[in-house]
Amino acid sequence: MRTLWRTLRTAAWLGWQIESNWTDPFLFTIYSIAKPIASVLILILMYIVVARADFGHPMFAYLYLGNAFYIYVGAVLTGISQVLIIDREEYGVLKYFYIAPIPPEAYLVGRGMARMATGTIAVAITLLFGVLAFGLPLRPSVAGAGVFLLAMVLGMLAMIGLGVGLAGATLLAARHVWVIGEAVAGALYLFCGAVFPLEVLPSFLRPLGYGLPLTYWLESVRRALLGPSAFRFSTFAGWSDAQLLGALGGMALLSLILGFGFYRFAEGRARQHGAIDRETGY
Amino acid sequence: MSREAVVLFLRTMIARAYPRIVGQNREPSWVLVDVGLPLLGTSAYVFIYRALQAPEAYIGFVILGGAMTAFWLNVLWSMSAQLYWEKESGNLPLFIIAPGPMMGILAGMALGGMLATTLRASVIVLAGSLLFGVRYAPADPLALIGTFLLTLLALYGLGMLLASLFLIWGREAWHLSNLLQEPIYLLSGFYFPVRALGFWVGALASLIPLTLGLDAMRQLLFPQAASGLFPVGVEIAGLAALSGIFLLAAHRALNAMERLARREGRLTERRR
Repeated sequence: MRTLWRTLRTAAWLGWQIESNWTDPFLFTIYSIAKPIASVLILILMYIVVARADFGHPMFAYLYLGNAFYIYVGAVLTGISQVLIIDREEYGVLKYFYIAPIPPEAYLVGRGMARMATGTIAVAITLLFGVLAFGLPLRPSVAGAGVFLLAMVLGMLAMIGLGVGLAGATLLAARHVWVIGEAVAGALYLFCGAVFPLEVLPSFLRPLGYGLPLTYWLESVRRALLGPSAFRFSTFAGWSDAQLLGALGGMALLSLILGFGFYRFAEGRARQHGAIDRETGY
Repeated sequence: MSREAVVLFLRTMIARAYPRIVGQNREPSWVLVDVGLPLLGTSAYVFIYRALQAPEAYIGFVILGGAMTAFWLNVLWSMSAQLYWEKESGNLPLFIIAPGPMMGILAGMALGGMLATTLRASVIVLAGSLLFGVRYAPADPLALIGTFLLTLLALYGLGMLLASLFLIWGREAWHLSNLLQEPIYLLSGFYFPVRALGFWVGALASLIPLTLGLDAMRQLLFPQAASGLFPVGVEIAGLAALSGIFLLAAHRALNAMERLARREGRLTERRR
C-alpha cells in the first residue's frame, strides 16, 4: 500500500512538472484559462444567435454545466492514455519505468492526476465565469453536496478506467497514437448528452449514450448543482438521484474492471511483440 | 531572380509537397482520424443547433466550419509547428545545408498540406451534408471558388509566417499550437456567424484569414440566411491583401529567425 501511495504521489508530482514547467506561471495561467473559456464562449455565441441571449432558460444551464464538466473527460482520458507515448516516444524512458519496482497502473493514474488538477482549475474558472458573466443559477445545498461528491468520485473512477484502457490501446497502436485520447473524448462528447439531451440524437444512436457512465455522471452533477431548477429532459425525468448514482456506480466498476483488464492484456502483448521501447517516430 | 533559381525553388517545393500527398495514399487510416473524428465533433455542434431549434441554414454553417477546421489544424500542426518537428527529428539542419531555398520548403509544405487537406475537407463537407441534409444555394460559384483559393493562400501564408516564429521555440511550440485551437475557432466564427462577436471584435478577428474566408463563403453559399460582417467584395479584397502581407512577412521572418537560430545555436537543440 505504501508503494502504491508513493508511486501515485511521485507520478502526480512528475506529471504536474511536465504540464506546467514549460513556461512562466503567467503564460501557464493564460494557457489554462484561454482554452476552456474560448470553448465555452463558442457554445454561448451559438446559443445567443439562436436564443437571443435568454440566459435564464434552463437549457442554457444544462449546456453550460455539461460543457464545463466535460473538460475533465478530455483531461483524464488524454492525460492517462498519452503518458506511455510521451514516455516512450519523447523521453525514451518507458523501459526504465517498467523495470522499476512500481505498479504500472498506479504510475499511469498518478500522471493522469496532474491533468485532473489542471482540469479542476479549468472547470473552476469556467464555472466562475458562468456565474459572474451569465448568472449561471447554481443552487448548492447540503443534500446536493453529497450527491455532487459521490458523483464526482464515481465519475472520476469511471474515467480512470476508460483512460487506463486507452493507455493499453496506445501501447499496441503504431499510428495515430497521439490522437487516441482526444478522439475518444470527442466521440463521447457526442453521445453522452454533455451539451444536448439524448433525445436529440437519432434513436439508433441513443443506446450508446445509455451505455456510457459519463451520461449518468453529468446528469447527477447537473442535478446536484442546479437543484430543483435543473432542466429535466425526458431522458432521465423518471429517475431519482439514487437510481442515477446506482447506475453510475455500476458502470464505474465495470469501466475499472474492463479498463485495467484490457491494459494488462495489452501490456502482455506489447512485451511479446517488443513494443515497450519501440519508437515509431510517428 | 534567375531562371536557375526559379527552377530550384519549384523543384524544392514539389519535392517537399510530394511526401505529403503520396503519404496519405499510402496510409488510408487518415480517413478515420482526419475525417471520421472531425465529423463526430462537427456532428455535436449540429445537434446543439438542433436542440436549440435553430434555422436549418445554421447546420450548413457548422458543416462548413467543421470542414475548415481541417485547414486550421493542418496550418497549426503541419505548417507552423513543422520546422519545430523537423528540428526534433534532426531534419532541419539537412534542410538548411541543402541547396534548395527554405521558402521553397515552406511553400512545398503549404502546397502538399493544401491539397491533402482539401481532399479531407471535401469528404467532411460531402459526408456532413448527406448525413444532415444540408442544402446549398451558391449564388456565384466562380466567386466561391476564388474566395476559397484566396482563403487558402492567405491562411498558408500565415502558416509560413508562424513556422519561422516556431523555429526558435522549444517545448512551448506544442503548447502554443494547442492554445491556438479553440480561441481561433471562437474568433473566426467556425460554428456561428462571426457577426455575433460584434463588429469591432469581428473586424479585429479578420486578421485571421479564416474569419473573412468563412464569412464570405457562407454569404455565397447561403445568401438568404447569412448576414456577413462585410460585403463579399470587401472580404475578398481583404483576403487578397492578407495573402500578400503574410507571404512577404513570412519571407522576411524566415530569414531573420534562421539567422537568430543559427547565432543562438537553436537549430539542432532538442528541448523537451
